[in-house]
Amino acid sequence: MQLQMNLVEEACKELYIRALKILPDDIKAGIDQLDKSETDKRAQVVLKTMITNISVAEREDNLLCQDTGLPIYNVKIGSNVQFDGMALKAAIRKGCERATKEYPLRSSVVHPITRKNNHTSCGIDMPAIHIDFCDDVESVEIEMVPKGSGSENNSFLKMAIPADGISGVKAFVIESVVSAGGKTCPPTIVGVGIGGTSDQCVAMAKRAATRALGSTCSDEEGAKLERELSAAVNKLGIGPQGLGGDGTAFAVHVELAHTHITLNPVAVNMQCHSARRARATITPSGVNFGF
Amino acid sequence: MAHYNLPTPVSEEDIRKLRINDTVTLQNTLFGIRDATQIHMFDHGRKTRFDLNGHAVIHTAPNVRKVPVNSEFPAGYQPICIGTTTSDRMERFTKPLMTQNGVRMIVGKGGMREGSSQAFQELGGVYLAIIGGTAALETTWIEQIEDVDMDDLNPESLWRFKIKDFGPLLVAMDSHGGSIYQEVKGDVARNKDAVLKSLGIHS
Repeated sequence: MQLQMNLVEEACKELYIRALKILPDDIKAGIDQLDKSETDKRAQVVLKTMITNISVAEREDNLLCQDTGLPIYNVKIGSNVQFDGMALKAAIRKGCERATKEYPLRSSVVHPITRKNNHTSCGIDMPAIHIDFCDDVESVEIEMVPKGSGSENNSFLKMAIPADGISGVKAFVIESVVSAGGKTCPPTIVGVGIGGTSDQCVAMAKRAATRALGSTCSDEEGAKLERELSAAVNKLGIGPQGLGGDGTAFAVHVELAHTHITLNPVAVNMQCHSARRARATITPSGVNFGF
Repeated sequence: MAHYNLPTPVSEEDIRKLRINDTVTLQNTLFGIRDATQIHMFDHGRKTRFDLNGHAVIHTAPNVRKVPVNSEFPAGYQPICIGTTTSDRMERFTKPLMTQNGVRMIVGKGGMREGSSQAFQELGGVYLAIIGGTAALETTWIEQIEDVDMDDLNPESLWRFKIKDFGPLLVAMDSHGGSIYQEVKGDVARNKDAVLKSLGIHS
């Protein structure tokens, strides 16, 4: 299959708007589940309001949250696809810019020094584009994640040392969630990266935070740690919106990479209760949208 | 745990009645303000032509559509999606906002810190918590964007919204030193020790 860039551009435009409007089913189910098990009265009201908001957004065909976030596009390209890499990046950027101008969406992107807003959601190395490949496939999958600042501002990296062990990693996760409190719009998905290099570790934490609810770490030790930390985090009492209660996190997700013998890095990135994402798959027969 | 229907502007007396866990529904006018707005007002000395005395501000940068000025859209902006951002980033502006502009209510999410609590006690103010991330719902409480100042900072301009039945909002910090966030913080600190112990970590 030869990848048609006009399809990529259209899909990337559509994905940004869809991601902001329609919450994935796993997240909706996650909120419902927390609502059923919540014991705190005030937290119950908070969760009910979140559920109402999802239905108002659908009814009014409006955005779930005013924060259009930093736009992130994760692209997975099958090995049976021919494409021009530079043209692909340009098409993604164009789609993001068109969504912002044509809808119009609030551009949340500014120059980091002058703070000037181009009102395009684009700029130097923005949108964030991550490209990966998969074997023997004739399709391209594009996932769009608008990453809100409340949760993104509470991102943490610690270059722990081997003597800190896994205890140091666990303590850092708990410390990070406590320090974020209500600022991340809990209930959150707590993404944890463990191992790799410092940059890989942060990227893994982000990937973990945006993984679908119900999915587990492919490594057995990682999956075990996910269960242990999920239970622990929900005993802290931060609660929805940091106003107290049981539902502090939907889940803790862990991603791992092997690391250096003298390193023990751990990173935390969180996704708010409006854990938005949207996905398009481009195949020889056209474009399909989903989560 | 009383409920109050408050038309703006409000008096100090109105504010002193409010206690944490009460709920409030606002009527009339609400001003949208954010990081850049306050950096320009208080770090760069920029003055606003709006009278904020006795009013409520909400931490927001809305999604809007530019349209021709008419009676429905007097500021030339149609609201698309208006929601609330994290207040904590704007902690250092609470006091100047109250002393220089007479603001009495801050609507936000995530809570504010000790400096804001002090200002609320000294000057008679409250922090009203809205549920963050529920902007679709919040937008239905806003009738119109009536006016805009510091338009060049868009979307972080100073917005004047005409509101109807804006709420219920939770009084999360009051003018008597009460703060739900402080209470939760204390509970979390106590729970944290037990959580760390359950993970085999002894601090």
